[in-house]
Amino acid sequence: MTGNPVNCTVKSPVALQIGDVVSDSFHPGVYITDIVLGEPVNIQEISFKNYYTAYLTVRVLKKEVGSEEAPAKWVTCLRNHCLMANPHTEEGSQDYFSLYRQQMLMQPDNVTTVRLILRQPSSVWLNFNLEEIKIYPVMNEDSERDVPSWLSSITPAEEPLDMNGLPDPDAVSSSIQQMWALTEIMQSSQSSASIGRFDVDGCYDINLLSYT
Amino acid sequence: MMEEGADLSVTIAQIVHRLKGAHLHSQLEKQARECLHRPEIKLESLKEDVRSFLKASGTLACVCVCMYYRLPPPGHPAAPPEHTKEPLVYMRKAQASWEKRILKSLNSMCTELGVPLARKRPVSEQKELTNKWNEMGTDEPGNRRSYLKNPNYDCREGLTANSHWGLIQISLNVRDIPQMREAYPELSLTCSQLGIDDHAHIPPVVSEQDSAAAQQYSRQGCPTGFRAQLWALILNATNEPEDIMHYEQLKAAVIHHDLLVDNLIYKDVKLTASNDDYYFVFEDFLYQVLLCFSRDTAVLEHFSYNSATPPKSYIQGKTGAEEFTVVYPPNGVIPFHGFSMYVSPLCFLYNEPSRLYSVFREMYVRYFFRLHSISSSPSGIVSLCLQFERLLQNHLPQLFYHLQAIGAQPLRIAFKWMVRAFSGYLSTDQLLLLWDRILGYDSLEIVAGGSVFPVLHKQLLSVCNAVLADLSTLKVMPLLQVFLFA
Repeated sequence: MTGNPVNCTVKSPVALQIGDVVSDSFHPGVYITDIVLGEPVNIQEISFKNYYTAYLTVRVLKKEVGSEEAPAKWVTCLRNHCLMANPHTEEGSQDYFSLYRQQMLMQPDNVTTVRLILRQPSSVWLNFNLEEIKIYPVMNEDSERDVPSWLSSITPAEEPLDMNGLPDPDAVSSSIQQMWALTEIMQSSQSSASIGRFDVDGCYDINLLSYT
Repeated sequence: MMEEGADLSVTIAQIVHRLKGAHLHSQLEKQARECLHRPEIKLESLKEDVRSFLKASGTLACVCVCMYYRLPPPGHPAAPPEHTKEPLVYMRKAQASWEKRILKSLNSMCTELGVPLARKRPVSEQKELTNKWNEMGTDEPGNRRSYLKNPNYDCREGLTANSHWGLIQISLNVRDIPQMREAYPELSLTCSQLGIDDHAHIPPVVSEQDSAAAQQYSRQGCPTGFRAQLWALILNATNEPEDIMHYEQLKAAVIHHDLLVDNLIYKDVKLTASNDDYYFVFEDFLYQVLLCFSRDTAVLEHFSYNSATPPKSYIQGKTGAEEFTVVYPPNGVIPFHGFSMYVSPLCFLYNEPSRLYSVFREMYVRYFFRLHSISSSPSGIVSLCLQFERLLQNHLPQLFYHLQAIGAQPLRIAFKWMVRAFSGYLSTDQLLLLWDRILGYDSLEIVAGGSVFPVLHKQLLSVCNAVLADLSTLKVMPLLQVFLFA
């Protein structure tokens, strides 16, 4: 389970383009968005909703553990991850995505800033960015639960009994157990199929359709 | 990965939940119980033996195929349910505004005619309808443009990456001819096709009752004598006592309640199927299927992957009260002019109403619903329109340009064919061959490809001053093969 996202500040995207940003009529093809984290985080997952971004590169600023003076380093975690199979067409353009630490090139530990480099090479779209960006930290593992003492003591193997033409008690007990298990299943299985009634207590008198 | 393991168990739980209560579940249980008598099933290894038996019998394969269609598509946990129905916001908005227009229209029809949307029939009327069930044809009691535009799409003047001459200015991913050749290799000129290169043989897939194999087989056309069985196998549409009982329940619902949409169905059948040379004989069947279809709440399940939303209302005037909410009509689908044409060709294959009903319902929830709802699905009508326009522009550009120049946008000609999947436009034998491929490839894409040369055909005939420039003499599959592979 992912747990709660960490608090972070998503800065507004900065366009990378040659020439004057204001007067040029060409749309930028690259945006950089920085996400500043309050404290160093070991990232488990980054989730977001796409809006027409074709490729995503993720870089993180990692703080060195132990040495406070050593400068933080920028590391590339994901390079040109494809979000839209064809940058000119709609597929994947408004989908939800999650990036997990297992997919990343370097372990995203002690991260203070995440830099998202968004690329959209197609001229077909007016704008592109990422929305609803959430960063989830690594969850601490639950401490191992203790085995109750009555479980841990193993019962000694019994000596085989002398049977005289009687059926093997193990076979009998296993077949009885299976029958019992079957009856338990029958009792507990609830059908989720609807019975197909569309009326409410026999009444289906309707005046007008609702618009909401 | 940890997440993958968790997702897998959630998916398995979903499959088990959906399987319970489905007909396949009881089929599986019955087979499992019957196989217990077999000598090879041992008590010690009961689970494994039963599992291998079911695997060998083909039932598990049917379950897999059935679950493929029943399971909700995989989604991201953060995605809201409407995103699963349709990921693009502007498409959802277009569908919602289209639905609102239909609801307004239905409400005003209701008010003007002074007829309630639904009412319980008096007992005398119920008796009368029961007697007339098989001859409802003697009884009696309405394609607009929706504005669809992506606000993020750059449609400035001048040459852009996507110069598209047609009406659909949406950048959906549709296949061009080289890609279609890869996707439809069985239609290659070197492969023999049924209906074109015929030789009599009984397909072995019928005796093996293998659904997936039947689907593969259908790609090269079904022999006429076995088409009904093959389609039922592919669609997993059975005619067990449970299905017959379900159909009888629906019939009882028709007898008990009169719905305004019934009038729409009557009008539609009278105006379309009854006027058609091929289908007028099936008028009664059509009522028996469509009236029941409107009352089938099982159809509501398909709205989890349909971009449309079923209309709702409140009974006894208790507007806003949650416990008095009902869906109208009970199956959530408001019929329109031409709807009965989805059923008509099936009447040639099935003569038992309950069987015909099962097959039609499954075809609707798998394919036909996409032809009249706005979505970004590759089988949706928007994608089909775009694909048709692209194919025509890329491969018959002079024709496209000429038609535009004379003020006849090709899509306006082809749209009605595609919405009805060619039903009522092609001769029935050709239509059934086309629908073989819809089932075989599990996609309506073939309808877009198939629309290209009828435009050419029509244009050529009108140039030659033919009196009837209709499509009923067109042989669709050979032309499609030539178009894709020659």
